[in-house]
Amino acid sequence: MTTQERIGTKRLVVGAHYGTRDFIVQRMTAVIMAVYTVVLCAALLFTSNLDFESWRHLFTFYCIGLPMGQILATLAFFSLAWHAWVGVRDIWMDYAKPTGVRLFLEVLTILWLVGSVVYFVKILWSL
Amino acid sequence: MSDSAPKPRPQYRNISVPQILSYRLPLAGKSSILHRVSGALLFLCLPLVLVPLFALSVSSPESFAAMHAWVSHPACKIVLLILIWGFLHHFCAGIRYLAFDLHIGVDKVSGQKSAGLVFGVSLALTLVFGLKLFGAW
Repeated sequence: MTTQERIGTKRLVVGAHYGTRDFIVQRMTAVIMAVYTVVLCAALLFTSNLDFESWRHLFTFYCIGLPMGQILATLAFFSLAWHAWVGVRDIWMDYAKPTGVRLFLEVLTILWLVGSVVYFVKILWSL
Repeated sequence: MSDSAPKPRPQYRNISVPQILSYRLPLAGKSSILHRVSGALLFLCLPLVLVPLFALSVSSPESFAAMHAWVSHPACKIVLLILIWGFLHHFCAGIRYLAFDLHIGVDKVSGQKSAGLVFGVSLALTLVFGLKLFGAW
């Protein structure tokens, strides 16, 4: 290891830029969800008579021959799951110090989120 | 930043719960920890409350009516109100952080102001949704 790869006298720079990727992912998925939420709320506000059919239509409408309501909701939910993964992993990294405990909690988190995604996608695409 | 001459700094490790509770955080600090708490809450409720409610609301007119019956129960309304607050706080505080990433309002004074704005907007919207939920109109 040459001295040029060191910062100061102590820190050795290592890693594969997972931190940068997660930082960007957290921000971009946040923007995607925020835009989807605002559009959904605007659509709800402009719905004069909010009943079952008009609510369901928000997630089942077709546009240029594609099931756009389902596609957009699925993309937003994928963003949600990825965003939650980065955030919850941050929480475990801050508070769960023993590696074994952290690994266990991270695996639980992944199961929790992938389960939620499968559940949501099954509901949405069987409409 | 120089780490060539390390100064001895006081270190606090294994701080206890009473210590945490006695800390008086500034408004921005409160917004920050509540951002984390609300995010964790939404994560936990995702497959327990949020997706099941969504499933009931879109599956059939009968399940839509069943969701209405569920939501009209007072205990359910309290849970929903907490989740609504969690979402709104996470949303508003999140937009504040996105602004920081664009180097907007990063100085101390505007940081304090925007933290106050986060609480103002999220709590006001929670009040509006709460009144709607509990049938004020």
